[in-house]
Amino acid sequence: MLTVRDLDAWYGKSQVLRGVALTIGEGEIVALLGRNGAGRSTTLKAIMGGVQRTGSIRLNGQEISHLAPHAIARAGLGYVPEDRAIFPDLTVAENLILGEKRGVAARGAPFALADAYALFPRLGERASAPAGALSGGEQQMLTICRTLMGNPRLIMVDEPTEGLAPMMVERVRDLLAEVARRGVTILLVEQKLAIALELAERLYVMGHGSIVFEGTAAEFSANAKIRHEWLEV
Amino acid sequence: MQEALFVLLNGLVYGLLLFMLSSGLTLIVGMMGVLNFAHASFYMLGAYFAYTISVGLGFWPALIAAPLLVGVLGVAVERYGLRAVHRHGKLAELLFTVGLAFIIGEIVPLIWGRSAVPYRVPALLDFPAFTLGGIQYQAYRLFMMAVSVAIFAGLYAALARTRLGLVIRAALTHPDMVAMLGHDVPRVFTLVFGAGCALAGLAGVIGGNAFTTTPGMAEALGAIVFAVVIMGGLGSIPGALIASLAIGLIQTVSITLDMPLGAMLGHIGLPLDPHGALGQITIAHAAPAVPYLMLVLVLALHPRGLMGARAD
Ligand SMILES: Nc1ncnc2c1ncn2[C@@H]1O[C@H](COP(=O)(O)OP(=O)(O)O)[C@@H](O)[C@H]1O
Ligand SMILES: [Mg+2]
Repeated sequence: MLTVRDLDAWYGKSQVLRGVALTIGEGEIVALLGRNGAGRSTTLKAIMGGVQRTGSIRLNGQEISHLAPHAIARAGLGYVPEDRAIFPDLTVAENLILGEKRGVAARGAPFALADAYALFPRLGERASAPAGALSGGEQQMLTICRTLMGNPRLIMVDEPTEGLAPMMVERVRDLLAEVARRGVTILLVEQKLAIALELAERLYVMGHGSIVFEGTAAEFSANAKIRHEWLEV
Repeated sequence: MQEALFVLLNGLVYGLLLFMLSSGLTLIVGMMGVLNFAHASFYMLGAYFAYTISVGLGFWPALIAAPLLVGVLGVAVERYGLRAVHRHGKLAELLFTVGLAFIIGEIVPLIWGRSAVPYRVPALLDFPAFTLGGIQYQAYRLFMMAVSVAIFAGLYAALARTRLGLVIRAALTHPDMVAMLGHDVPRVFTLVFGAGCALAGLAGVIGGNAFTTTPGMAEALGAIVFAVVIMGGLGSIPGALIASLAIGLIQTVSITLDMPLGAMLGHIGLPLDPHGALGQITIAHAAPAVPYLMLVLVLALHPRGLMGARAD
């Protein structure tokens, strides 16, 4: 469904990604692992057109790398950034409504406000509160739901459990499992190996801006060398 | 007493005019991060366009057509100028708007001459609405107030109630995220820039005949509008209204206070040599500096301005 080839990306003059290649099939959950600074967040941003980059990005066979970020989103990609980027002065409901892509037809039943409130009732209770007043975990649920409101076919989620209390980590994990159950493809950047291995069928490991390992969860678990060389600190 | 009332009314009219200029600019600066030095130039163009149109067709067609023309010009400037310059960074954008202000400032006297043009208040509203203590208050000034208040209400409702308003409010803090949710943020920028220019143009249409329409009118207001925007807080329409009214009122009042500082401080028991250089300054002399003093004061107490959405 998503095929990335020869992806290079830069911040100013410094090159951060070098020839990144990824393939994600329809309905898959794929994890993208690596140490801090490996280039995982930049890979997601580069796919969305948020940093200067070159290379090929195909969504369902169609080249999207020449499109502006809003057009890439409307082509079916959803993005939940690392810093969450909620709109703090807007209400919870307004944040969610901004996730809707008007004029883009959803496949199957569209994800609506009621779905967000059913999955995470706290959002419904706080619907008219400013989003900035939510806790970190609630904000994380809000950003994921906000992106789901656009009915993406593939959602890219960057470290959703970072800094969350264990109970919220479980809720985020359950939400992602539910998203997958609804048929949305997921590319997940996750620092907590246990969660990545629990959710993902396939994994990529990044180091120094390139992909250094690609394989199934079982292959990864059997490969202590990769873990030692590219993940453990 | 009546005189004080008239000073207040004039301050209110001036403040509301500042609001029409600053409401567009605060969205442009807040959302796009573009310090648009040409904003007051669009105000001037509004006045000159209205003058030319009113000579041929009268004031009322000019009231509609001149702001629209200025808005279309603004859209073109954003779409084909700023957007191309944007890639080269903030400094390039700044230089572009400074250059644009300069060019408009040179073209206007070439077309309309260096002295004021006889752009007049429409006869329909050129009568005293009321008389107090022998002083007449022109009906057109009440019309100016009504237009400004309607613009405030309309803008406020559009930002609070419409989907486009929601997108604009979100883009004030996180334009990149708004785009990645599927909203065409560059097009929204163009719209906001065009609408902001149209509002500045409208301010020129209704202000140019109440005051004067000269090639210097943009320069006279340019810096003050920035003071208003920063004081009100970037991106805040209510903040822009409060700051405009405060600066409009205080500046109008201070122009009329021509008692020397030495004598004035003497009244309240503060000794300052009434014949020294400082003692002879009047508040009226210092009036042009008053908005900036207020700005410094507000920023010292509240770095985001009165109601700003973002700090940078
Ligand atoms: N906004 C930025 N400007 C400059 N360099 C950046 C920026 N963001 C990240 N980097 C650099 O790019 C590299 C990759 O970062 P990132 O993609 O955030 O890694 P990860 O998400 O895997 O931790 C790092 O060396 C980081 O310092
Ligand atoms: Mg990261």
